[in-house]
Amino acid sequence: MSNDAITYVTDEMRAAQGQWGGTRTAPPITETDIRRWAMATYYPQQPPRIYWDTDYAATTHWSGIVAPPDFNPFAWPVERPRGGSPGLSGRRPDGKPLTGMNGGQTDTYGIPMRAGDIVSARSRLLDWWEREGRLGHTLYVRTEIEWRNQDDELVRRRLSISIRY
Amino acid sequence: MSIDFDNVQVGDKLPDWSRRTGFAEWNRYAAVNEEFVPFHMDDEAGRRAGNEQGAFGMGNLRYAYIVNALHDWIGDDGIVREVGCQYRAINQKNDVLTVVGEVTEKTIADGENRIRLDINVLNQDGGATCPGHAVVVLP
Repeated sequence: MSNDAITYVTDEMRAAQGQWGGTRTAPPITETDIRRWAMATYYPQQPPRIYWDTDYAATTHWSGIVAPPDFNPFAWPVERPRGGSPGLSGRRPDGKPLTGMNGGQTDTYGIPMRAGDIVSARSRLLDWWEREGRLGHTLYVRTEIEWRNQDDELVRRRLSISIRY
Repeated sequence: MSIDFDNVQVGDKLPDWSRRTGFAEWNRYAAVNEEFVPFHMDDEAGRRAGNEQGAFGMGNLRYAYIVNALHDWIGDDGIVREVGCQYRAINQKNDVLTVVGEVTEKTIADGENRIRLDINVLNQDGGATCPGHAVVVLP
């Protein structure tokens, strides 16, 4: 049962609900980025050739190397974006900042990422709910994050839930 | 080897896909995802974050294991269309994580042959760390 006396929902969150934030753009993807990602996530096994072997990849229906669906082109930006999501602000009644955890996500994949692609992202707060859990009063925030490539094709749509307590 | 839509039936199991995880796996993932969070890298930081056993693994890496297990099942002719999961338990050092899955539905939608699966990532004790679902497209 929720405790009506406590809320971690901020006015900033209410103002931001449903509004797309600014667009972030990742550096161009390279084949090395893709190969290293696949090697890390398959370690210690050799990753599939579609992620690193140009000649083999050309024979597949992808006609070239593609990135694993979970590849993150936004790692290692030279300039780090400032400020966090409105869902990540808020304080406990004792004034301490909330602790955050990744509650999970659902990703829908569109066009695969390839070397040379430049992916842009935008996000918005969808909704939230609060309840008393084993970590005490807990706020669940649902965010939508959309990735598109340089041709404005949908690459990935993520619905993620962050947990704040 | 690849599979096709006609040969997959509701109730079919995803072939098990396993990894023993520890710093060798976590540090590689931290490097590619730029995920240098102290509690994934240092036992003291893990304990400070409330995990008595020390450092623990990334949820994102378990997610990658789900994607890899799906890819290895469907092959290069298939498409991973959707993956969703919740992070329910901590990935401790030296856990043996196994991605498991079962086909729950076959549909044809938007011109695609879609297979839906229930998915999980089990630890060596059979603990469910990451319940979720996936949709793949098969030729």
